[in-house]
Amino acid sequence: MQPDLFRTPPAGGDYAAAFSATLLKPGREAPTLICGPAGKAAAKRFAVYRNNVTVSLIDALAAVYPAVQRITGGEFFRAMARFHVRETPPSSPLLFEYGRDFPAFIAHYPYAGAMPWLADVARVERAWLDAYHAADTAPLGASDLARAPSERLPVLVFSPHPTTRLLRSSYAAVTIFAANRTDGPIEEIDASEAEDALITRPDSEVVVRRLAPGQFEFLSALMAGQELGKATEAAIGAHSDFDIGMALMTLIESGACTSATCGENT
Amino acid sequence: MTTELTAIADRTSSAPRFPAPSVAGLAGTSCKPQHLQAILAGPKPRGFFEVHAENYMGAGGPPHRALEAIRRDHSISLHGVCMSIGAPQPLDRAHLARFRALVQRYEPALVSEHLAWSTHGNTFFNDLLPLPYTEATLATVCDHLDEAQEAIGRPLLLENPSTYVLYRESSMSETDFIRAVVRRAGCGLLLDVNNVYVSATNHGFSAAQYLADFPLEAVGEIHLAGHAEQTDDEDGPLLIDSHDRPVADAVWALFESVVVRAPAIPTLIEWDGEIPEWSRLQAEAAAAQSILDRAGLDARRSHAA
Amino acid sequence: MSAKTVITSFVLASALSSALVSIAAAGPLSSAEVEAAKAAKKEKCFGVALKGMNDCAAGPGTTCQGTSTKDFQGNSWKFVAGGTCTSITTPDGKHGSLTAM
Repeated sequence: MQPDLFRTPPAGGDYAAAFSATLLKPGREAPTLICGPAGKAAAKRFAVYRNNVTVSLIDALAAVYPAVQRITGGEFFRAMARFHVRETPPSSPLLFEYGRDFPAFIAHYPYAGAMPWLADVARVERAWLDAYHAADTAPLGASDLARAPSERLPVLVFSPHPTTRLLRSSYAAVTIFAANRTDGPIEEIDASEAEDALITRPDSEVVVRRLAPGQFEFLSALMAGQELGKATEAAIGAHSDFDIGMALMTLIESGACTSATCGENT
Repeated sequence: MTTELTAIADRTSSAPRFPAPSVAGLAGTSCKPQHLQAILAGPKPRGFFEVHAENYMGAGGPPHRALEAIRRDHSISLHGVCMSIGAPQPLDRAHLARFRALVQRYEPALVSEHLAWSTHGNTFFNDLLPLPYTEATLATVCDHLDEAQEAIGRPLLLENPSTYVLYRESSMSETDFIRAVVRRAGCGLLLDVNNVYVSATNHGFSAAQYLADFPLEAVGEIHLAGHAEQTDDEDGPLLIDSHDRPVADAVWALFESVVVRAPAIPTLIEWDGEIPEWSRLQAEAAAAQSILDRAGLDARRSHAA
Repeated sequence: MSAKTVITSFVLASALSSALVSIAAAGPLSSAEVEAAKAAKKEKCFGVALKGMNDCAAGPGTTCQGTSTKDFQGNSWKFVAGGTCTSITTPDGKHGSLTAM
């Protein structure tokens, strides 16, 4: 028989509120609403829930940010992640959505101050996972674009693919990311070279590209709905050596858009 | 003039139709991405696969490709792990809509959730947290089940939890609570035999008595999993529902006692941590299958006699 | 189209056609792109094997990770540099460091 120890009158307290007030606050006492069998102490028992919550959420951040963990080592990562978990637990039950605030947290985490590029690496990882889960839609291919009437190319407007993400870093965030998302050996990396990233998933695989000069401005303008001519001008304005042919190749090969229209204002 | 250049093929437009063989009397396993290649490459297992619904609630991408590949050849069980049915606050409507979409897309043979809570206010705690068993929580759980079953358009199987603490305010046993839920909400049950053993050990009650009190006629699925052994505040045994090792002998024995009474309930081996080789997980499922087969044979014999 | 437009349809058309030819021929990439492609290819393995994150198993039970109030203040905690950060050079010439400040 299950123990008959439920003689105490209902506490009237909200059990979920009582748990929530203490689960991520290790300094606080376990809720008084709970006990072990025959009314015995339950502090260590309650700690099982505290551990499950804390450790599983740290594990969730480790799953979203494997390169950050490899860079810092497990011990540093878990200490950093625990601060963040206690400060900013998830608001969605979908764990692949968790950790959006983690890059900003890393940027201000004092012990990571010697790694000023770490937050940007985290931003690439977060974008990688967003691209991984984004909607399946066929990207615009070379043959689709070949059908565009050439006299109307300057007014061509593109729709971004749901997986497309663009990131700009003052550091070599893409190189550091790529070197640390595998178990392969790490060679010396100069973090000081600024890099722009394009993240897409043209098919089933997420691809992270390092962009050539001007491509970030070009693709950002296109993804914001600007016409191809205007986007090209913006890119040349930012980088006089912008290569439009190479940029169009990147646009097509990456699968960064789903469709293009032209001539709406004829 | 408007020229529209659109990619020609849209992979999402043709909704797959799936086979729907019965899972009665079959043993299945968790479906882990680590095993996907081995499963698809190997001989087709007889049983079914269970996935955690939330891992397939993204809009698209590789998770859906994988689940579609599995579903083409196998029946699946869709197991929700964070609906928070046991919370005092209302269910998350957006989450119910996502759950409904998955049920419609993959036509699972079994759909289940937990007698537990995981969200309070705006915070998701990512654990199956316990609730007191009172008239008030009974009413809330039944309301939530009504809403969830309405949303997904079919009955849910509700799983008994592993618990580590008791509530002073509980006014009924877990089995009394579960019987009342089944009666009022018309849901089915997922009997997790390992959870029964874990909770019985942790709270010092008889697992056999719990199973005797459990409404087996409502059970649509059984779970088996491994647990870890630790100690409580007074150095008594405290079992943890860890799903990271083989099913314990004591749990196999309880399973056999259930199967004798109810022979054809689909049974799942859960394994979520320290994932072994696919062949090791298959061996656990084969052990469950042989127990199910033996009980099925005995039942037919006694029926014929 | 305004007279100020620098980019003509001719420029874009020739750029597009050469891009399409290059793609069709899978032509030689710049060294930066070859590297990027390699990095992207390496990513493939991870994508396929990515495990689902939502689980219903309990974690480590009665360890101290969820209960410890020990925080990292000043030098009271020595970080063990177990990661790859030491091979990443920072802009001012220093290597990444994990020691507490």
